Amino acid sequence: MSAEHYPEIPQLTAEEIKRRNARSRALGLFLGALVILFFVVTIAKLGGNVLNRPL
Amino acid sequence: MTLAAEPVAPSSSALDAERPTIAFGTARDYYELLKPRVMQLVIFTALVGMLTAPGPINPIIGFASLLAIAVGAGASGCLNMWYDAGIDALMTRTSKRPIPAGSIQPGEALAFGMTLSIGSVLFLGLIANWYAAAFLAFTIFFYVVIYTMWLKHWTAQNIVIGGAAGAFPPMIGYMAITGSFNLESFLYFLLIFVWTPPHFWALALVKSHEYARAGVPMLPVVAGPDATRAQILWYALALIPVGMAPALLSGAGYFYLVVATVFGLVLAALAYDLYRKREGDAARKAAFRLFGTSILYLFGLFGARLVEQLLPLLPWSLLK
Repeated sequence: MSAEHYPEIPQLTAEEIKRRNARSRALGLFLGALVILFFVVTIAKLGGNVLNRPL
Repeated sequence: MTLAAEPVAPSSSALDAERPTIAFGTARDYYELLKPRVMQLVIFTALVGMLTAPGPINPIIGFASLLAIAVGAGASGCLNMWYDAGIDALMTRTSKRPIPAGSIQPGEALAFGMTLSIGSVLFLGLIANWYAAAFLAFTIFFYVVIYTMWLKHWTAQNIVIGGAAGAFPPMIGYMAITGSFNLESFLYFLLIFVWTPPHFWALALVKSHEYARAGVPMLPVVAGPDATRAQILWYALALIPVGMAPALLSGAGYFYLVVATVFGLVLAALAYDLYRKREGDAARKAAFRLFGTSILYLFGLFGARLVEQLLPLLPWSLLK
C-alpha cells in the first residue's frame, strides 16, 4: 500500500499545539480533582465504620 | 506492505479541507458549553432546597451532591448547545458559543455532554440516593429531549413547559438530602416555573426578529409583541402570591415574606411598564429592565431564604 492511501495529517500551527497542551493540562487537573473528590467522598460515606471490622 | 508509512506533507488546500475535523477548544470553551450562568442559578436554588431539609447535612456529601446537580445541569446545557448549534449560529446572542464559533466540534460536545450526564447521575446516586439521581436523570432528559428537541421547535408554549427543567433543582437538592420531597421544595419549583415565562419573553420581545429568522416559534413571533406583553403581565401578577407562598404555606419566615412581597410588586410594576410602552427605544429599555430585574428577583428571594437558614448557624446565634 502506498503512502497516498493514508489520510493526510494536517500540520499543526504553534498556536494549535499551545492550545492542545493547555487543554491536556486542564484535563489532567480535572482528573486529579476527580480522584481527590472520590477519595474524600468515600471516606465521608464510610465515616467511623472504616475501622469497625473484626480482625 | 508497510503500515508505518511516513506522514504525507499536506498541501495548503488539504490542510484547509482537514482542519474543520480538528478542534482545539480550550478548557474555557468546554466550560462555556456548560452554560455557567444557568449553572449558577441551579447551584443557588438547589443549595436552598438542600438547606431547607430537616436535620444535619454532612458538608462533604452536601457539597458533592450540589456539584453533581450542577454538573448534570451543565451537561444538559451542553447537549442543548450540541443540538441547537445550527440555530445558535443564526442569532447574535448565541453565535459566539463554542460550536458555532468553531472552537469545539459537535461530536466533541455530544461526547462531553453525554459523559457528564451519565457521570453526574451515577455520582449523585452513589453519594446521595437513587431517587435524587433518577430525578436528575429525568431533568436532563426533560431539558434535552422534551424541551430542546421537541417543544422549542414546535410550540409557542415551549419555555412555559420547558421551564420545568430549570425549576426542578430545589426539589432535587431537597431530595438528595432526604430521599423525598416536601411542600416547600415544591413551592420553589412552582416559583421558578411561573418566573420563567416573563423572564424569557422579556428577552424574546427584543430578539423576536432573530428567533423568527431561526424558525423558533417564540411567543412574540407567533402571537405578536402585544399579546406577549399581556402574557408577561399576567405571569408577573401571578408571581406575587406564588413568591409569597413558601412563607404563607410552608417553612419560610417573615424576612423572606417581606422580600418576596417587595420584589414581586417591583417585578409586576416593571411588567406593567412594559405593557404600556410598546414602541421604540422606551419599549426596548422596558424589556431589558424587566429581564435584568427578573434575575435579581430570583436571586433575591432564594438569597432571603438562604439568609434565614444560615443565620441560626452563625457563631453569635449559638450564644443565645
